[in-house]
Amino acid sequence: MNERLRVNPILCSGHGLCAELLPEQIDLDEWGYPILADQPIPHSLRKLARRAVTDCPALALLLVRDR
Amino acid sequence: MTAATKDAMTGVGNAVEARLPRLLPATGQPAELAEHLRVHGPTPYRGGPRLLINTIQAAGLTGRGGAAFPAHRKLTAVASQRGESVVVGNGAEGEPASDKDKALLWSCPHLVFDGLQLAAETVGARQVHLYVHRHPALLQRLQVALAQRAAAGLDRTAVSLVTAPPRFLAGEETAVISRVEGGPTLPRFTTRRIFERGVNGAPTLVSNVETLAHLALVARYGPGWFRAVGTKQEPGSMLTTVRRADGGGGVQEIAIGAPIADLLGLDEHPAQAVLVGGYHGAWLPLEQARRLTLSNADLRPLGAAIGAGVLAALPADRCGLLESAHVVQYLALESAGQCGPCLNGLPRIAATLTQLAERRSAPAALDDLQRWAQLVERRGACHHPDGTVRFLRSALTVFADEVTLHESGRCSAGTTEVFLPIPASSPGHADDWS
Amino acid sequence: MTAGSAFWYGSRATGVICLVLLSLVAILGVLVNRQGRLPGLPRFAVTGLHRNLSILMVAFLGVHVVTAILDGYAHIPWLSTIVPFTSGYERFWLGLGTVAVDLVAAVIVTSLLRDRLTPSLWRAVHWLAYAAYPVTVVHSIGAGKDLQSGWLLALTVATLLTVVAAIGCRVASTLGAVSRPGRVPEQLARAASTPRTGSLR
Repeated sequence: MNERLRVNPILCSGHGLCAELLPEQIDLDEWGYPILADQPIPHSLRKLARRAVTDCPALALLLVRDR
Repeated sequence: MTAATKDAMTGVGNAVEARLPRLLPATGQPAELAEHLRVHGPTPYRGGPRLLINTIQAAGLTGRGGAAFPAHRKLTAVASQRGESVVVGNGAEGEPASDKDKALLWSCPHLVFDGLQLAAETVGARQVHLYVHRHPALLQRLQVALAQRAAAGLDRTAVSLVTAPPRFLAGEETAVISRVEGGPTLPRFTTRRIFERGVNGAPTLVSNVETLAHLALVARYGPGWFRAVGTKQEPGSMLTTVRRADGGGGVQEIAIGAPIADLLGLDEHPAQAVLVGGYHGAWLPLEQARRLTLSNADLRPLGAAIGAGVLAALPADRCGLLESAHVVQYLALESAGQCGPCLNGLPRIAATLTQLAERRSAPAALDDLQRWAQLVERRGACHHPDGTVRFLRSALTVFADEVTLHESGRCSAGTTEVFLPIPASSPGHADDWS
Repeated sequence: MTAGSAFWYGSRATGVICLVLLSLVAILGVLVNRQGRLPGLPRFAVTGLHRNLSILMVAFLGVHVVTAILDGYAHIPWLSTIVPFTSGYERFWLGLGTVAVDLVAAVIVTSLLRDRLTPSLWRAVHWLAYAAYPVTVVHSIGAGKDLQSGWLLALTVATLLTVVAAIGCRVASTLGAVSRPGRVPEQLARAASTPRTGSLR
């Protein structure tokens, strides 16, 4: 079962923690907002992805099941 | 089963023939309840949920709010959910260039109310709302119409009128839900679809008022009657707001698949380009538009769509770049300002496009616009940035020659007057979202 | 020194540490919210420090409460650790301490269950943390007599001033915050004057 990152762009205020924790999947645009890779999260990065979700100060990052 | 119903189910309309207009009253005058009942009869309830769905599917009715989603699928999706559902008729078109929903609600509110009742019956809803912009005269008319229907015992579920502020995003689905719940008219982010979780968590059907009006007619006269106009893949009639190059036009009911050249009278009223679909739509070069019909079959391959049925021809003496810059400025101001990419990207896009349009020096303007367009696309909670980018890209393509001229400080236009209708932003605008 | 007074000293010492830790946690919390950085540290470390110090504080808080009860002199019932104003000894000042424990517990528990709660619920409880701070300070000064003079008083005043300043920043930013649609005309005006610069945030 694949998981994917999604961001709630309304809650997101551009803290940028997620991109620090998971640079392989998350980049920041020129305004500091996250650009998510459009692919499922590799197994090796799952733990980091979960940490990024919990650590987001705005609770804007989500892990969703891949459809 | 009455004879009329039998006829309706076999697709042979007797009271109303297969010609236009169908929605808009043939008399040209707004239809009061008595007239509506004389022409169309009472609301043709089916007697239970889901019974109308097959008829709607056979008719091939698609949404007239812009997305052209098959109506029967939306009805099925909501009807299949457990628990009581909610129906919302969306009459807040938001689009400044579109007047069709206003015209429909003014001329034949009873078709819309019939559609609401039938939709509510079909999906098993006990809550029905009609969502419209805050026009005092229209609201009064709708309230009177509802009172008359109540007196005649036509409506099985009470309809509540919900008003929306004059914002471009007022008709956005999640903004509608938010407003109906009593909150601000702002789009919301959700991972669940509206048919599963909408108003106060209940499965919700949000349907454009024109779609509901068609539904009310299909329920009476059947799929065969509905398909007698339009094309095979896109049957039926639709309302469009036409703006010819001479400024004339207005709301018209047409068969889907009518030639754009005829609708805009391109021979009598020469133009340089055509805007299809409104401010989230796309510009088309004149010669291309001449060869097309107003149908998604013709438009989609070119990156355009019917959308909410807005069709505008830009007169030859205007500057397409300036028009587009004004539209993008408006779109930037109409952002809900909730999402970083949109809040940051759209104002910059607007400012840079305006610089180009006003022939001020703008080095790297095209590169910046390209980059920002890619950055804002699909990164908002709603499709406002996506629509804006579609409009922007079509403008840069269709008016590419104009761009080159402007970069060297010249312009081909004879006037800087703006042709398209763009509301002036009022000082209170920032607060007027409720 | 008797076992009783060892517990008593232990409780007072851990109490002071809790006060200092709570102050640090509050300041770091404001820093996270304002997207501030500590020199040399990545952003996730500021958040991490805020969290880890709060857990450290809970540990010291536990010791502070337990030692206070184990010390026989004051006869504080176990119930008073969670139900405020039920102890015979210094009912009011101690009661405030219990209130602070309750508030901190609410914040910690909701934060541990963060991904299962709605963001607004979590945020509402987290704001309670701001109440925990003044309650803790008053409890410290009232129940802990040795904070009322000497270097401990100076320490208390220092933490108080820093935290008040941090909270002041936080409140100012909330009061000055424009509703999101309200930011749009401002953004457009700024973009019109300097379109190519970096973030307009």
